Parts: sequence; structure tokens; C-alpha cells
Amino acid sequence: MSARRLHAASPRVAVTIDGAPAMLPVGESLATALLCEGHVLLRHSPRDGTPRGAFCFMGACQECAILVDGIVRQACLTPVAAGMAIALKGAS
Amino acid sequence: MTAPLPFDIIVLGAGPAGATCAATAAEAGRRVAVVDEQPQAGGQVWRAPMGGFPGKGDADQASGDALRQRLVTSSATRLLGHRVWSVVRTETGYRVDTLGPDGPTALEAPSLVVATGAHERVVPFPGWTMPGVIGLAAATVLLKSHGVVPGRRLVVAGCGPLLAVVAAGLVKAGAEVAAVVDIAPRSAWLARLPAILGQPRLAARGLSWALAVAKAGVPMLSGHGVRRVEGGAAVARVVVGPVDAEGAPADGPERVFEADGLIVGHGLTTASEVTRLLRAEHRFDRLRGGWIPVIDGAFQTSLAGLYAIGDGAGIRGQAMASLSGEALGWHLAGRRAEAEAARGRMAAATPFSDAMAGLMAERPAQVRAIAPDTVVCRCEDVTRAEIDAAVAAGATQIDQLKHFTRCGMGPCQGRSCADTVQELMAARLGTTREAVGQWTGRPPLRPVPLGEVIGAFSYDDIPIPTPAPL
Repeated sequence: MSARRLHAASPRVAVTIDGAPAMLPVGESLATALLCEGHVLLRHSPRDGTPRGAFCFMGACQECAILVDGIVRQACLTPVAAGMAIALKGAS
Repeated sequence: MTAPLPFDIIVLGAGPAGATCAATAAEAGRRVAVVDEQPQAGGQVWRAPMGGFPGKGDADQASGDALRQRLVTSSATRLLGHRVWSVVRTETGYRVDTLGPDGPTALEAPSLVVATGAHERVVPFPGWTMPGVIGLAAATVLLKSHGVVPGRRLVVAGCGPLLAVVAAGLVKAGAEVAAVVDIAPRSAWLARLPAILGQPRLAARGLSWALAVAKAGVPMLSGHGVRRVEGGAAVARVVVGPVDAEGAPADGPERVFEADGLIVGHGLTTASEVTRLLRAEHRFDRLRGGWIPVIDGAFQTSLAGLYAIGDGAGIRGQAMASLSGEALGWHLAGRRAEAEAARGRMAAATPFSDAMAGLMAERPAQVRAIAPDTVVCRCEDVTRAEIDAAVAAGATQIDQLKHFTRCGMGPCQGRSCADTVQELMAARLGTTREAVGQWTGRPPLRPVPLGEVIGAFSYDDIPIPTPAPL
């Protein structure tokens, strides 16, 4: 799923994704920003360990719940902010 | 803990129903608070553009902007970006606890309006949990609000008017639509044509979407459904096949579409968490999206002071949602004549709303055809076979199934699977949806970090009871 924006992205701010530096557009939904950067796979299901990505993009399904600054957040309800430490591997 | 903020009316949900209700009552002099978990009012249908996207500048954006402006101008207190995690009945009405960007807030009012809208139903098929499979409603969020095309080459599948909305939006944005796959046969749309033409403006929009898709040369498969998605950590192919009039797979050739994503949705189901949590009376209405709160002519539920409007009170679409918000707003402000007039306008919009709801209603035969090894509960990876095994082991009611299998016990709290699981259980038991029942509502209504709900406090403020005498 190679997503692309239809507009010029808002100014980018520095964050980390699994410890690696990255630049994401400030104020964009984190789930959407990650999708546009090619992070379709966000986590694995806790029981069977199957790959998962954002699904409903509106706060209902919890598939995009990932660790942001050490706290489980729904990426689709979390606006990108400078300095966020995003963990895609650890959250379940 | 601080005392809850007092209001006359609390409205949960700032979509067309909730925001219209809040603005109407506030303009008429009532003290109103309106709460929504999204950062701006408008609901899903009129979502505001965000993250640097200027918006499409279409009719939906104009309607949303007008409603947002009206809400800002009114005296209503807006709590946006606030997640409601607890609602309780008090001696004088209702108390609502939210978690917002600046921490916890508590509100209190004698009247509580539930305008929480709907969730999308996706009936499971092999591969539906794969990254790259997203909802039809999700695609509308990305296209309308975030200004993002979710893939390079996409299959759009499911049922109802969102199929055309999304397919046309993708074509317009320059994405390749590999196919549009509609469970409904062409005859189902034709049968509803008179009701659709009763709303000429909406009918014209629908026609323009269909024409845009047809003009792009997109294959349109009516009476077809998704058989499976192939790939691994990403979508590679979508396999579709014919379905019968009831939505169950039928004999006929499969077709394979190379795609990097699948956008799929099978209608809407009511978001009834709040009325369930408060133990209001509900009834099952398949056409209206499943379990809906029982309401009287003034939108009041079985509990005094608790009201339900919009899609959360039964799927009827935006036009009906806006009108129900207006009618209840006037009613709560004691303006009977205006409330009556708005209710009258709802009657005129009913045939169109019923036609669309019929296309989006759950198809039992489609649910019953789910394969044994297909995951039904996404959160807990519970398969159809495990649900059947729990029924064989003696589960007869939906809460028992949850205890047996953890189905519905994950972080989505059953929002994604409830409708499907209840139907599977009823089918297996040969009984009704009423007999199977619905999951008991429990707080928290949304998963929230405990530390943030507690908020800042001083250890000195924690009351320490007097020690018991020795």
C-alpha cells in the first residue's frame, strides 16, 4: 500500500521511529504520516503474531495502537509532534 | 478531584446530529457542552481537513465548515479531542468523564444526548487482517480529511453508497482502481431507484460518482464479493467471486486482481456503547444497523433525561441526523413548534434513508459463510471455528461466548466484531439475535492510560481514614 499525499506536506519535525531519526509533517495524524512514509505494518497481533496495520483510521478498531513516548496511543487520533519517540515493534 | 462542570445539556458526538443539537439548544439559551474525540466537529461525513491539507472544497466540506462555524458562534462549550471514558447516572442526571489534551475533565447535566454515530462493519474473509486492507470509511477519512491516496492500485469492495464515493474519489485523485466489487446485484439498486430519485440532489451526486468511475474504465462487478486477500505483510492480490442474492458465495469463476491495497466495508452498525453502558432498553433492528436504543417521539430512551439521535439511534444517514439534532435541540430548549417542524421534515427524507440503509444492512448469509479458520475477532485472534466450539461447549448467550473465548474482550471492546459474532452465534444455535443478546457495556468506554485519567494530585490530598482502635 504505497500512499501519497495530494498536497504539500506541512513542515516536518524530527521524531524517532524504533530509535532511528525521521522527519514527519507536524499536525498530521500519526497513522496517516506513517502510512505515507511506507510504514504499512505497525505491529503484530498479541496472540497469533500476525502482521497488522491501521484499519479504520477513526479511533474505533485499535489496530494502530502503538507506543508513543512509552505510552500506548491510537496513532490515528495522535497528531504528529516534534520529538515523539515512536515504537512500532514493542506495542501490542 | 475537582467538582464536575455543570451544564443543562451534555451532547456526546459533534457530527451532524450532535453538533446541530448542541448549537440549536445553545442558541436558544441553554447551557450546553458538546464532546467529541476528533480534534474538530463535523463527524465522519463532514470531517474537517487536517495536517496541512486544504480540503477538497466540495459540498461536504462547505456543510462541515458551516456547522463548525455555527458551533463556534454559539455559546456551546466545545470539548474536542476529548475521549469519553465514563458515563454514570447520578441523583440529578448524568456525569461524563473525559480525557482531553490537557488531562481529565468531568461534566454534569440533567440531560444527556447520545449522538455517537456508527462504526463500519467489515464481514471477515481470509486475509482481512493484513496490513493494506482498510475500511471504506477509513478511505473517506484519508481522501476527504487527510488529503491522502492510500495506494497505487486498489480494489474497492463491499456494499452501499460508500463504494461509489470512494471509487470516484480515488479516480479523481489519480489512483488506479483495479475493480469495484459490489455484493448487491444491479437489481438491488434498480429496485431502490424510485426512493433514490426522491432526493434529486443526492441522486445526482451518486450518478456523478458512478459516471466518473465508469469513464475511467474501471471494471464494475455487481453481485460479487471478496473471497480472500493474498500476500503476507502486505497485500499482493485480491481474489473475488460471485455471490448469490443473499450475499453468500455462489458458483462461478473467481477473478484475481493485482493490487497493493483493498478498501472494503459492509455497511454501518450503530455505536451504542453509551446507552448500553447506562442499561437503557435496546431492540434489534437489522435494517437500522443492529442493536439500537428504544426511543420515544422526542428521542428519549427508556431512561429519563437520556436521549439518542443520529446514526447512533439507528442508521439513517446525514440528512436525517441533522434533522434529528435540530428537532431535539429545539425540544430541549422548550420550543415545541420548531421541534415539531423539524420532525415533519424527517418524514420527507425517510424513503431515501431507508433505501440506503437497506443496501448497507447486514446480510446473514454472508456472515454464515465465513470459513472456520478465518479470524473473526481481530483483537484476540478468535476464529469462526473457536466460536462454533464455544457454542458446542454450551455457550448460549453472547457474554458467555466472551468468557469462553475472549472474543470481544480486546482493546476494541467488540466494536469491530460484535455484529458478526452475534449473528454467527444465533445461526449456530438456530435462535434469534434477541436470544443471543448483546455484550454488556462496561467502563472504560475507550482504552485510556490510567495515569492520565487520575491526573495530577498531591499525596497530601489523599484522605487517610482514621486507624481502627487497637
